[in-house]
Amino acid sequence: MAQFDLNDDGVVVIIGSGAGGGTLGNELAQRGARVVILEAGGRHEIEDFINDEWASFTQLAWADTRTTGGSWRVARDFPNLPAWIVKAVGGTTTHWAGASLRFTAHEFQARTQYGAIAGANLLDWPITLAELEPYYAQAEDRMGVTGTNGIPRLPGNNNYKVLAAGARKLGYKEFHTGNMAINSEPRAERTSCHQLGFCFQGCKMGAKWSTLYTEIPAGEATGRLEVRPNSMAIRIEHDAQGRASGVVYADAEGRQQRQRARLVAVAGNSIESPRLLLNSASARFPDGLANSSGQVGRNYMRHTTGSVYAVFEKPVHMYRGTTMAGIVRDEAAHDPKRGFAGGYELETLSLGLPFLAAFLDPGAWGRGFTSALDSYDHMAGLWIVGEDMPQAENRVTLDPRVKDRHGMPVASVHFDDHANDTAMRRHAYGQGRALYEAVGATRSFETTPYPSTHNLGTNRMSASPRDGVVDKWGKAHDLPNLYVSDGSQFTSGAACNPTLTIVALAIRQAEHIAGRMARGEV
Amino acid sequence: MRQIDKRAAVRRRVFLRGAATGPAALAAAGFALGAEAAWAGDLRVLTPATMATLARAARDIFPHDRLADRYYIAAVLPYDDKAASDKVLRALIEEGAARLDAEAQARHGRAYVQLVGEADRVAILQALEATPFFARLRGDLVVSLYNQKEVWPVFGYEGASYDKGGYIERGFNDIDWLPEA
Repeated sequence: MAQFDLNDDGVVVIIGSGAGGGTLGNELAQRGARVVILEAGGRHEIEDFINDEWASFTQLAWADTRTTGGSWRVARDFPNLPAWIVKAVGGTTTHWAGASLRFTAHEFQARTQYGAIAGANLLDWPITLAELEPYYAQAEDRMGVTGTNGIPRLPGNNNYKVLAAGARKLGYKEFHTGNMAINSEPRAERTSCHQLGFCFQGCKMGAKWSTLYTEIPAGEATGRLEVRPNSMAIRIEHDAQGRASGVVYADAEGRQQRQRARLVAVAGNSIESPRLLLNSASARFPDGLANSSGQVGRNYMRHTTGSVYAVFEKPVHMYRGTTMAGIVRDEAAHDPKRGFAGGYELETLSLGLPFLAAFLDPGAWGRGFTSALDSYDHMAGLWIVGEDMPQAENRVTLDPRVKDRHGMPVASVHFDDHANDTAMRRHAYGQGRALYEAVGATRSFETTPYPSTHNLGTNRMSASPRDGVVDKWGKAHDLPNLYVSDGSQFTSGAACNPTLTIVALAIRQAEHIAGRMARGEV
Repeated sequence: MRQIDKRAAVRRRVFLRGAATGPAALAAAGFALGAEAAWAGDLRVLTPATMATLARAARDIFPHDRLADRYYIAAVLPYDDKAASDKVLRALIEEGAARLDAEAQARHGRAYVQLVGEADRVAILQALEATPFFARLRGDLVVSLYNQKEVWPVFGYEGASYDKGGYIERGFNDIDWLPEA
């Protein structure tokens, strides 16, 4: 397995090993580049995963301190846990549910299609669906997405069957068991789904795609990819010409190391990536690296989410089988007649008893709450995934008071719902409740959004360097060899789970970087 | 549709203090909520009266009539060990329990655990809802009660499935009451 010298300035350094970083690292290694991935978390393989919600959370979740502000309820209920994402090799691809949706054409042109919306900082992507389609196709093949490439869809579980029956009653037309990066039959030397549940806790079958056991070992097999776990990036350095020159990181023992670099790619998810750029401020870049626009950390999006859980007269056992077992797409279009711009998906979701107790209505107690849990096995559940509005003041900043154990300011996440987000959520709650009531729900719950799992937009793509942080390739407008490779480059959020788009962008970015390297540009 | 046996499993202990205080042992000894708190006899730092108040409050905060008292006792017992090494927590817990009693005395002339009416006890909890003591107790209980594997079957939750081959042959799609298309 490759092991590169700290002073080797010919390596590409990627920060983060999830959907963006893990994919980019493998792609570049396959194309002949030498790559070091710095991963803040440890390496937990499939056999280490735990079918137990709290124990798994302790093993995988990013629990380092963050702070919060704004009117979102997460700031009150979970003030130090704005996001439910992963600190481990494979990043949040260990935890994700597997939903793999393509953006539709209008979602790359949010500003043009939705028009000016007061308070929203909407912008069109500098790329189109047509440009990304070939990379979506590669990503779907790579990840083994059901409903593509002749791969059959997964069978529906009980939770899906309730969703589908309700959708049918409401007159919805487009519902199925989803486009999932979960093997419905053995493929790519991985087995098929055995309907364990516990998709969020790391798939113990390895049936769900994760960079941990696909891209990363494939890259390592080339002899050109080295993954360094327990390596927390502290700052990115640059040379006198304003080129990224290396990354200072804390190793497993807390010692600071400096890995020199030919090119640096940031893929630490939308909270840590802007934090790292802001913490890398220098005399030349006093507002943070790549931040001449002032947009680093701004336009933080988390999707307009929320859950509906409903109780039925007879049992459902929603926890049996895949967590995200099906989807209704009829509300995904942009239809302003509903009173908001953009659309949303309804996707099944289930939590085990321990997490449902924690998240059904955080802070609740008494018989109104416990009588709901008494009906746990009679419950069905769904999750709303809707496009939220980018807003300049929804942002990740450096906390002026709280520092991590390496002495670096932690990320502070401020979020307020936009009126469009609130209107969409109200509509989606109503449709979710109606769907379940159509098949006999006796009680339903509008569950507040969980700590964010989809974190987007804080280093957004823009055609003009004034409007965003990176260009259409994810390259920083301000530096010739600094890239952003995660969901923070999203210009807008779309009504789609983001992972497929992150992977498609990483494959495309790798092709672009390899071309520039071959031409001697970097 | 495959149903599950909802009798709570008494097969393993979950708390660090071992057999003496695990729910299984509590069950064997017939321990239940009450002012005497005989089950609290081997406490290290908290008094039996404090522990009895916490256990009673635990049931009042998350009342499940099909859960035996021993699960609520097991949910608050870890406070004794934590309080031994955490003075701030110890003060928070002891003062909080004392405040429940003081409110009960002021309103009804008796200790919190001796109030017979659930509504009377809940009213006192509501009065203390904004205190750090209540927030800490509720926040800890939502994990220490519902993360006891022994209670999961009562709610119809089956827990880990990998060791049983998942649900692919065990009812992942066996719902049988939905309306036909």
